Amino acid sequence: MRIGVDVGGTNTDAVLLDGEKVLSWCKKSTTPDVESGIVAALTHVLDEAAIAPGKIQCVMIGTTHFTNAFVERRHLLPVGVIRIALPAARALPPLMDWPADIAEAVGEHVHLVRGGYQYDGRINAELDEEGVRTAARALSARGLRTVAITGLFSSVNSDMENRAAEIVREEMGEVSISLSHTIGRIGILERENATIMNASLADLAVSVVRSFGKALKQLDISAPFYISQNDGTLMSAEFVERYPVLTFASGPTNSMRGAAYLSGVKDALVADIGGTTTDIGMLVNGYPRESSVTVDIGGVRTNFRMPDVLAVGLGGGSLVLETDGGVSVGPKSVGYRLLQDGRVFGGGTLTTTDVAVAAGYADIGDKAKVASLGTDLVSAAVAKIHAIVAEGVDRMKTSGKPVPLILVGGGAVLIRDEIAGTSQTIVPDHAGVANAIGAAIAQIGAETDKVVSYEEIGRDAALKLAKEEAMAKAVEAGAVAGSVEIIDIEEVPLAYVPGGAVRVRVKAAGRLDFTNGAA
Amino acid sequence: MSKISITADNLEDFARGAAFLGTGGGGDPYIGRMLAHAAIKEFGVPEVITADELDDDDLVLTAAMLGSPPVLLEKACCGEDMDLAIHKLEEHLGRKAKAILPIEIGGVNSTLPIMAAARLGLPVIDADGMGRAFPELQMVTFNVYGCSATPLVVTDEHMNSVLIEADSGPRAEGLVRATAIQMGLSVMISSFPLIGRQVKDFAVHGTLTLALGIGEAIRKGRLEGDPVAALVAYLKTTPYYNHAKTLFDGKVVDLKRETTRGFSIGHCHLEGLDDASRRMEVTFQNEHLVARENGVTRAIVPDLICMVDRETGEPIPAEHLRYGQRIQVIATSAAPIMRTPEALAVFGPRQFGLNEDFVPIEDMQ
Repeated sequence: MRIGVDVGGTNTDAVLLDGEKVLSWCKKSTTPDVESGIVAALTHVLDEAAIAPGKIQCVMIGTTHFTNAFVERRHLLPVGVIRIALPAARALPPLMDWPADIAEAVGEHVHLVRGGYQYDGRINAELDEEGVRTAARALSARGLRTVAITGLFSSVNSDMENRAAEIVREEMGEVSISLSHTIGRIGILERENATIMNASLADLAVSVVRSFGKALKQLDISAPFYISQNDGTLMSAEFVERYPVLTFASGPTNSMRGAAYLSGVKDALVADIGGTTTDIGMLVNGYPRESSVTVDIGGVRTNFRMPDVLAVGLGGGSLVLETDGGVSVGPKSVGYRLLQDGRVFGGGTLTTTDVAVAAGYADIGDKAKVASLGTDLVSAAVAKIHAIVAEGVDRMKTSGKPVPLILVGGGAVLIRDEIAGTSQTIVPDHAGVANAIGAAIAQIGAETDKVVSYEEIGRDAALKLAKEEAMAKAVEAGAVAGSVEIIDIEEVPLAYVPGGAVRVRVKAAGRLDFTNGAA
Repeated sequence: MSKISITADNLEDFARGAAFLGTGGGGDPYIGRMLAHAAIKEFGVPEVITADELDDDDLVLTAAMLGSPPVLLEKACCGEDMDLAIHKLEEHLGRKAKAILPIEIGGVNSTLPIMAAARLGLPVIDADGMGRAFPELQMVTFNVYGCSATPLVVTDEHMNSVLIEADSGPRAEGLVRATAIQMGLSVMISSFPLIGRQVKDFAVHGTLTLALGIGEAIRKGRLEGDPVAALVAYLKTTPYYNHAKTLFDGKVVDLKRETTRGFSIGHCHLEGLDDASRRMEVTFQNEHLVARENGVTRAIVPDLICMVDRETGEPIPAEHLRYGQRIQVIATSAAPIMRTPEALAVFGPRQFGLNEDFVPIEDMQ
């Protein structure tokens, strides 16, 4: 038996699952201390299903806490930045494109050291161990407690980053160390940015992970807990203490994975309709399709594994206005004030929820309050709502073929009719807590990303090696060996490179091993 | 022509304009913009001059980076390697450069010369060798009109340098590629050493101003509500890009791509937003080569074909094209010097394997 929790900015949702079955679920308010919101939600699901805390084998938590902290520049530590790349990239110093306020928050403690690899793993320059040592001493003298280390082509060969970490530890003792090869991909600036972001969250990570632990302890849940990351797989609590940045954007991933689970459909579009926006993404083999472009977080450029999500301005609180030509819907929304401002709740603002009630799609609040709405207005608004979703759906599709559309989130009631370009519309049970479900079913995964030569060993052998490495990494991370599957392969031929050099990324994931609480 | 200045504040406009002129290729201008930004911060804003300000005999050197796009994302230059390429060529030629010239204005190599000029304290010339981007070294006006690509110098961040003298443009290209591979696929290059007279006669002039103007037009257009219209309106006011028009307003319905001979070749199919019976196919080899509507050619290389996001006007590189994107296809005339029979023999449609002759965009429907 397991519990999935989603700690959002507004709500903390929880679900209790017995195998595949949802026993109970709830939505509570997120509290400033995080802990009491989780306690309230967990208490609710345990009580409702009458399950003893001792029966829970595992708790999975999805959270936007770290993303919000970084975007709002709260609780960030000053960071020691060590880049191992000289003589390369000297003309592109760390932190140069960060917004001033956040660059200031992490400080400008930057050390450039000689070392790094070539694209094919050959050494570009030997590691300057003394240089790392000198940098570590300087950072130590400034009292820094968290260090970000980024090496040239470390995603191809991580040896120098690992060696540098040893030296930093020798010189600085028990400080937090973030290594770029564990965080990002090829693209030195973006990977370094993510590593620095991660390092800046070191203290917050420890305190948030502890408050999760305290909440569980308070309820006598002794099961291990995991936190979901942006690719739909899980991290152990100790891992999140070291790599909080990997939780960025896990929210949309969880709701899409939850949608796949609840509907039983693995290849589909998902629209998560909230109060203000609708996030539309594409499920491929049960996982969200990733974004291929760089993603800005709080004004800082990264190349994270992020789901490719299109946000459109339609939600249950979107304003419906009569115009000369007909009717407009959104993007303005009453947001969380829907329960006061919406017509069916006794307020004076016409929202999409009121339209859904008037059209007979939903039975929420007081139906009589929207009885006087003209049928022309209602049907025009309904058509507009469907058209907004249809356009978003069409933008996110990868081919012209119709695909199923899964609707989740509180606003799913807005849609009843067929959406153009889709084969069917599915609203699964428990659609309102798909994100907590997504956290509960997250798997343990791992990824490899390297440049290999197809001419040297052949494509099949090269892919086989990469797959084996990814699967071994997943087992190492705590997946049940027999359950590990390859969930994604990406091959990018390198233009201008002879010898059939190809950048290969392979991702593997498997069921979490409950028995030994691994990872 | 009024003088422009490229500073930390308008670099983003400039790089966006350069991405537009990259016509789908030319490399991600972000890294180039960052390099130029860092150099301006450290060494100050370089002076931008027009070719008229040169003496006929002044030595002018070009500055560019060359390599595999994913490698360029990781292994950027150290700066001194750029200086070294210029200094080695100066040493070989026995004279000092008076100014830096961009070899191509499209994409990443629009900003590298800004970095080089800032670092070296030299002016950068408001001109380039194509007014767009092209995939091969010899596809440049200077080659068309008899200037030699060599001697040229290739350098890396270890301050290794290779001087190449070759008997033809294609041979120089091959030698440069071989050197770049050994150097780790991210190198600095200074090729086509020129004198002032050659720049005046054979360069495409005013292209730094043009890139900046395009970027400004898109940014201001966003504030006013229609960046694509603002962009086309601006192009119509320019000296050679005045035959600008929106060819198509549609969405991507199919995308096929392959990598052959080190080039990304692809076909992007669009369907009209208002009229689904209208179809456009844009074919690219790194850069967009030809746009055909329902089988009829509407614009063809060396005229420029650019795809921009229909809402924001953001130029979309070919590697970021995706099914479902809403795109406006904008085409515009290339400079007259790019459309002569000699020029078309180097970078006309047939040089890209297209079985048709060049027709200027203003002569097409």
